[in-house]
Amino acid sequence: MSDNKKMTIIATKGTFDWAFPPFIIASTGVAMDKEVTIFFTFYGLNLLLKDTSKLKVSPMGNPAMPMKLPMGPKWLQKIDFGPKIPNIFWSLPFTEHLATYLMKKTMKKNGVAKLDELRAMCQEFDVKFIACEMTVDLFGYSKDDFIDGVEFAGAATYFDECDGSNHNLYM
Amino acid sequence: MADETLDASGLNCPLPILKTKKALSKMDAGKILDVISTDAGSVKDIEAFCNQTGNKLISTVEDNGKYVFTIEKA
Repeated sequence: MSDNKKMTIIATKGTFDWAFPPFIIASTGVAMDKEVTIFFTFYGLNLLLKDTSKLKVSPMGNPAMPMKLPMGPKWLQKIDFGPKIPNIFWSLPFTEHLATYLMKKTMKKNGVAKLDELRAMCQEFDVKFIACEMTVDLFGYSKDDFIDGVEFAGAATYFDECDGSNHNLYM
Repeated sequence: MADETLDASGLNCPLPILKTKKALSKMDAGKILDVISTDAGSVKDIEAFCNQTGNKLISTVEDNGKYVFTIEKA
């Protein structure tokens, strides 16, 4: 067993795909008896919104993203359309909805937890959520936009949380 | 014979670990939990989980892509 019980994460990304790593690592950390704090700043604030259905993933400017179909014949599912579809296609309206729909379907098929489920588990296990007050104001959010149980504070508070922690991740 | 059984079949990382944690938290020390998983990654992960949390992994049995972990709660 480890003596070091603290971990912090700075979550900075607000797309649907990047919403997963902070919640996966945080929930697993608390399950393994760590005290975990996530500091959400800039676009990472999206992850704390009451309505996460607005979060989308786009293949636009996202060249490493595999694009495989979660349905259809096996041979078709094996094809990675990522490099085959010109990036300009993804600038068309509603393509983000299509990509997000396909990613959600793929996740469901693979038994990956839903975003809201992971987030709720983090809260159930007492992961501390801190929203960066400065970016909340900067982007014109109201505190009512966010789920319950979120603290609002600044960078200095993050450093206070880091005290005694040797897992400090930036995502 | 296990006191409790958790079926985490079809679930992927990190759900088997999170559900195991939840199930163990409702149990008394010394009780036995069987976790059933189809996630191959959980073989290493359950071991690491037990290593970090002090719970004892008594056995791991694999049968045709299905894993059964027997854990004694610390």
